[in-house]
Amino acid sequence: MEVAIIDYGAGNIQSLQFALNRLGVQGILTADVNVLQSADKVIFPGVGEASSAMQKLNASGLQHLLPTLTQPVLGICLGMQLMCNSTEEGMTQGLGIFNVDVKRFSSKVKVPQMGWNTIYNAKGPLFDAIDDKEYMYLVHSFFAPSCSNTIAETNYDGAYSTALQKDNFFGVQFHPEKSSKAGSQLLQNFLSI
Amino acid sequence: MLTKRIIPCLDIKDGRTVKGVNFVNLRDAGDPVELAAQYAKENADELVFLDISATEQKRKTLADLVLKVAEAIDIPFTVGGGISSVEDVAILLRNGADKVSINSAAVKRPELINELATAFGSQCVVVAIDAKQIEGEWLVHLVGGKVPTEINLFDWTKEVEKRGAGEILFTSMDHDGTKAGFANKALARLSEEVNIPIIASGGAGELKHFTDTFTHGKADAALAASVFHFSEISVSDLKQQLKVQQIAVRL
Repeated sequence: MEVAIIDYGAGNIQSLQFALNRLGVQGILTADVNVLQSADKVIFPGVGEASSAMQKLNASGLQHLLPTLTQPVLGICLGMQLMCNSTEEGMTQGLGIFNVDVKRFSSKVKVPQMGWNTIYNAKGPLFDAIDDKEYMYLVHSFFAPSCSNTIAETNYDGAYSTALQKDNFFGVQFHPEKSSKAGSQLLQNFLSI
Repeated sequence: MLTKRIIPCLDIKDGRTVKGVNFVNLRDAGDPVELAAQYAKENADELVFLDISATEQKRKTLADLVLKVAEAIDIPFTVGGGISSVEDVAILLRNGADKVSINSAAVKRPELINELATAFGSQCVVVAIDAKQIEGEWLVHLVGGKVPTEINLFDWTKEVEKRGAGEILFTSMDHDGTKAGFANKALARLSEEVNIPIIASGGAGELKHFTDTFTHGKADAALAASVFHFSEISVSDLKQQLKVQQIAVRL
């Protein structure tokens, strides 16, 4: 199986690579349009600040390609947020795959949310064999509110989308590559879709 | 619900764990990778690696170690010790560290916090603060707590938050090594004055100290070294006990 990881200079992909290796898969880090189009699975990672990450994506020209991909695509953390309509972080226009606008947590809670929190109302193949109320590792200051694309929720400053899906596009706010066994199961599930 | 985190801390010198480690299950107690994997298996929520070596080889040794740790474990980890530039951090993050911890370098040149937050995001910038009470005032100390400054702990914490720190690792030099409990009064005040997560460090000796720091100290996470290394408290037992005490933990 060919798993392509989108290379746009944003995100620390080493841990993701190792997590895939543990599942017997070698991720290919690439910005090559042909490789991305022909891969069986595509992962869109992201760490850092939204507007500069989006600039890097635009500079690579991949912003037009990404929404046209037809195989299963998984956005992780900031990757998921950039797949939404927009984000308040740096007032950034997103890819518009998920029909939701990303907002900042209020000052009623500590920001960033950092640590292990439970997921619930999880549905679909991405969460096969993962318990409701399972813990996942999250580090983020911005969140996608619950919406029609929500396939799992987490509660912090209220319920929000901890996972989104639209057709072949999936997104998770947590870091599966850092979420121990449950995270590994989720990656395995994605590879099996 | 967001859980409270338990964080074992490993002191590293020339790529090996130092301070005693007395784990029955390990082939080689000095190997940080093996120790890290053991803690991950016991449900530790995160790990901190603190490099205390002072050799010229340090940067490369640490970068290699980070790569090996990232390969071996699937929980987040922070790396600290002598980090003073964007370039230092770039290598560590690229090799799989989730966060870096800066201490003296941030006091000497506070702009470093802004630079790191801009380059990599606040989520990976932990500012470690060592402080001690002198005539009733909490003062920041440098060089592993040896050199006093005139900087007030609470003023400094507010400043590092403003500059883009994502988390505070507060070690009370008054409590460190005493095994008499964490500095809960100061911790609680920190939690009220800033809006980023606080890791309590220094003073862990028994189970009750952890309960106390999460309730009275309002800490988001608790870090300890020797109580875990010598198996005085196992991470999994500790978390079971915390759950009994109604503290939200990941089991």
